Amino acid sequence: MDELEKMLLMQIADLHKIPDGAYNIRKNGEADGRRSTKHIVISPREDGKPGIDIRIAPHTKNESVHIPVVITKTEYRETVYNDFYVGEGADVLIIAGCGIHNCGQQTAEHSGVHTFHIGKNAKVRYVEKHYADGDGNGEKVMNPRTVISLEEGALLDMETTQIKGVDSTVRETVAKLAGGAQLVVREKIYTHGKQFAATDFSVELDGEGAGADVVSRSVAAGESVQEFRSKITGNAACHGHTECDAIIMDRGKVTAVPSLAANSVDAELIHEAAIGKIAGEQIIKLMTLGLTEQQAEEQIIKGFLS
Amino acid sequence: MLELSHIGFSVPTENGREKVILDDLSLKIEERFVAITGPNGSGKSTLAKLIAGILSPTEGKIFFNGEDITGLSVTERARRGISFAFQQPVRFKGITVKDLLSLATGRKSTVSEACEYLSEVGLCARDYIGREVNASLSGGELKRIEIATVLARGTALSVFDEPEAGIDLWSFQNLISVFEKMYRRTRGSIVIISHQERILRIADKIAVVVNGKIDRAGTREEILPSLIGANACAMLTKTKEA
Ligand SMILES: Nc1ncnc2c1ncn2[C@@H]1O[C@H](COP(=O)(O)OP(=O)(O)OP(=O)(O)O)[C@@H](O)[C@H]1O
Ligand SMILES: [Mg+2]
Repeated sequence: MDELEKMLLMQIADLHKIPDGAYNIRKNGEADGRRSTKHIVISPREDGKPGIDIRIAPHTKNESVHIPVVITKTEYRETVYNDFYVGEGADVLIIAGCGIHNCGQQTAEHSGVHTFHIGKNAKVRYVEKHYADGDGNGEKVMNPRTVISLEEGALLDMETTQIKGVDSTVRETVAKLAGGAQLVVREKIYTHGKQFAATDFSVELDGEGAGADVVSRSVAAGESVQEFRSKITGNAACHGHTECDAIIMDRGKVTAVPSLAANSVDAELIHEAAIGKIAGEQIIKLMTLGLTEQQAEEQIIKGFLS
Repeated sequence: MLELSHIGFSVPTENGREKVILDDLSLKIEERFVAITGPNGSGKSTLAKLIAGILSPTEGKIFFNGEDITGLSVTERARRGISFAFQQPVRFKGITVKDLLSLATGRKSTVSEACEYLSEVGLCARDYIGREVNASLSGGELKRIEIATVLARGTALSVFDEPEAGIDLWSFQNLISVFEKMYRRTRGSIVIISHQERILRIADKIAVVVNGKIDRAGTREEILPSLIGANACAMLTKTKEA
């Protein structure tokens, strides 16, 4: 691995070296290292599409899977399909992420489709980070699509972060939850310059006691544009909550379209959306502690996205 | 030492006229404890914000240790040693109590250091240090954290705007000892805007603001009797001895 690739891996997966446990590193479309473990088997897909299958045995506990993707080429586009099969009662950490370094003039684009089949009472924490840089004018594009199916009593805790760097992103998350299953999503997005980010959640709460809590916090600075869409459908006695909380700065623009559909009298669904600039009194309070206006803004945003 | 010299502050109203909030107000602050009192709406918080630089006077000048600071920003005044505890503290999503105390001291404060300031204002540090300074804090908790940020700065001049508001009676005596302890550490002037007789009782100097002017100012012995006498106006709240 060269320094550039190491830096990208650091940014997206906090990896300083080869990770413990199972991993698959994908670099410019090629496998750059893979390890399966006794309970976690990573294999190429059988349908011939690019990507891997990750099979986690039932009741696997305290194990992790790292599947970072690194792109350092310009004029490069790929769509990758990764399918996760998480066995009943397993409890695992999955760290995915994509880092693009594009110093050319052409577009570098990664579209990842991650499908999660999460078995009964299994618990998954899924962390996904997106990072891009490069000194050229080449666009860095990422379009992640996440498809989630949670069986009875399963839990997915998903944390997705994209701080600067990515020029254009359309992220789509679709989930279906059986009885007692829980989905928690924490999304953080910071866009600046002329970047564009759209995010779209669609959650179906099908079983009794299913619950979803989808919270997106975002900052749109410069001339960047963001769109947030979410739809939670309650088809049984369930709880759904979606929240979009956005700070706009400079000439940033944010559109938030949360929606709810209740098809059962016992579905309890809530949505909240707030968009606004940083409250002037917050900046002033920090200035009374000796910070400049700019330092105050930075601290407020850092806290907001932490 | 702070000097307010012929300060005027007015704001434009809808019908194009001027509303005068402070009018030719002069005051010197050099004592240990200076209490500012007066009826609601008389201009006390406005005065405090002018000192901190949050508002700029439309007339007059402000001097701090001999320097004319009238044109200085909030940041510059803070760096010269002026601190201000808001009457209505601000909430922040995602900023923790520890973060805020670190920003106040200007360096990454250690847990034990942060805990010290929190304990001083009567909060069990362990329970609060990691909490976000957000809507989940009660009014009284937020007010105590606000006071702790000013303690942590420990500057030459500290202005507290109604620090007792929302603080329960039991803690009242503690609040007074917080100020006494702070003075022993900083040797700086402490200005307390208050309606509380018990706070005025520790003041070396009392200034009474009425209708945007200093109605009278002087030592506690000179001013206090007129405030608690038979025909004193209802600007003071008397607390029962706890
Ligand atoms: N921006 C403004 N525009 C119009 N009127 C204002 C503005 N700011 C303050 N005022 C008015 O100025 C007066 C003084 O307000 P200030 O907050 O300084 O009073 P105070 O003495 O602190 O009162 P309290 O004891 O209730 O805290 C009030 O009548 C208030 O309504
Ligand atoms: Mg006031």
